[in-house]
Amino acid sequence: MKLHLRIWRQAGPDAQGHMARYELDGVTPDMSFLDMLDTLNEQLIAEGCEPVAFDHDCREGICGACGVVINGEAHGPERTTTCQLHMRHFSDGDTIDVEPWRAAAFPVVKDLVVDRSAMDRVIGSGGYVSVPTGSAPEAHATPVPKPDADEAFTHAECIGCGACVAACPNGAAMLFTAAKVVHLAALPQGRVERESRVLDMVGTMDEESFGGCTVTGECATACPKGIPLTSIAAMNREYVRAVRKRR
Amino acid sequence: MSWTDAPAAPYLRPMAQVQAQATATGQSGRQASTADLLWRSTIGKKLVMAVTGVMMLLYLVGHMLGNLKIFFGPEEFNGYAHWLRTLGEPLLHYEWFLWLVRLALLAAVVLHGIAAFQLSRRDLAARPKRYAHRGGSARRGGYATRTMRWGGVILALFLVWHLLDLTTHTVNPNGEAGKPYENVVATFGTWYGNLIYGVAMIAVGLHVRHGLRSAAHSLGAATAGRDRALRFLGDGLALVLTAGFLSVPLAVQIGAVS
Repeated sequence: MKLHLRIWRQAGPDAQGHMARYELDGVTPDMSFLDMLDTLNEQLIAEGCEPVAFDHDCREGICGACGVVINGEAHGPERTTTCQLHMRHFSDGDTIDVEPWRAAAFPVVKDLVVDRSAMDRVIGSGGYVSVPTGSAPEAHATPVPKPDADEAFTHAECIGCGACVAACPNGAAMLFTAAKVVHLAALPQGRVERESRVLDMVGTMDEESFGGCTVTGECATACPKGIPLTSIAAMNREYVRAVRKRR
Repeated sequence: MSWTDAPAAPYLRPMAQVQAQATATGQSGRQASTADLLWRSTIGKKLVMAVTGVMMLLYLVGHMLGNLKIFFGPEEFNGYAHWLRTLGEPLLHYEWFLWLVRLALLAAVVLHGIAAFQLSRRDLAARPKRYAHRGGSARRGGYATRTMRWGGVILALFLVWHLLDLTTHTVNPNGEAGKPYENVVATFGTWYGNLIYGVAMIAVGLHVRHGLRSAAHSLGAATAGRDRALRFLGDGLALVLTAGFLSVPLAVQIGAVS
């Protein structure tokens, strides 16, 4: 199939960007969206042009490295990552707009690549558990009820792709931060830093110029891993609990 | 700033530095007061908006129900207005109860407005560039969700007019103290009175529709199981409030109240 592409091109962090038009032929329905961009880049290289820069790694939907806004939707029309989005969801002759994640906290590095290290700093300020070193503990010493384990796992699924931030009209990282806060608060291993974690992670989130939540639900709709919107309410609950428990 | 100049992630920085940063916002060391911590964080500020919003919402329900007394005639309505001023007597002086409510509401309006203004500025700055593709995810958000900010501004402006009209009687065509029934009828005898009031009451409905669910999220009361109930409650309350408030000008128009 033949596609009309409009792709954001920006030479560097401080350069002026623009939407560039490309025509691409020979796209097959079983190509992934990234395969399609690879094909475009081969064509651009053959023409002696600069290929389009985009982030990618595992290409199997688990690493969270890839991610572009396709036709105004983070990761495109399907609930999956860009690498797992296939061209069969598009038709011959379609015009497709491809843009980088847009948020003040995610400056564009080049073309479709953005700097998402703000999310690393949010995780670094509390997204961990303290464990004593030494011999491995007996596996049954700390039983975890099944509903708690399920709750933790639902939130542990977050791959940190940043689609929630890209989709949010306020550029907020609430869903991302909530996923980690709720994940670790549900487990006994996470209880040690339960209060400081939510205070520190929310503090870092605010310092990193992310916006706030206005409950539009865009984040949960865009999330390829299906983290629910109510997780943000759960984080708010954790936050209030932590503020009250401070001496 | 280029990618490589970006400050290293905390786990790459020396541990002391990371801990120093954590102390600034968290548990240990000299800590900020609770009010200061809440007011400085996005979550805390939303909490203030939720609490003040619920206060104003409860007042609105009472106000709407009180307005319906107009259907029982001038004597009962004016008597009700007078009773509001004698509430709490003899413990409270004449009108003191009313002034306590007014002060609480004034504090709620001011806090709600300042928090909304500051959060909106932050939100707009956090998404400085729009997507070039039109009609993407933006079309999904409901009308009530998208009009929270300007709807709030409309409500604040309405509030000024409403107080000048029926509390201070500055702009009321009748403007007689102690005669609220006659003043209400006079207001809805003008085309602009009906127009301003109608627009504002629709704005109230839209604001409550998204606001109630939003407040439940901010207060941490929303769960997956309660989501449908919260939507239902928000929609229902919005509808009842708007219909209840609009019934008064409608009654004046058709002559049921005159």
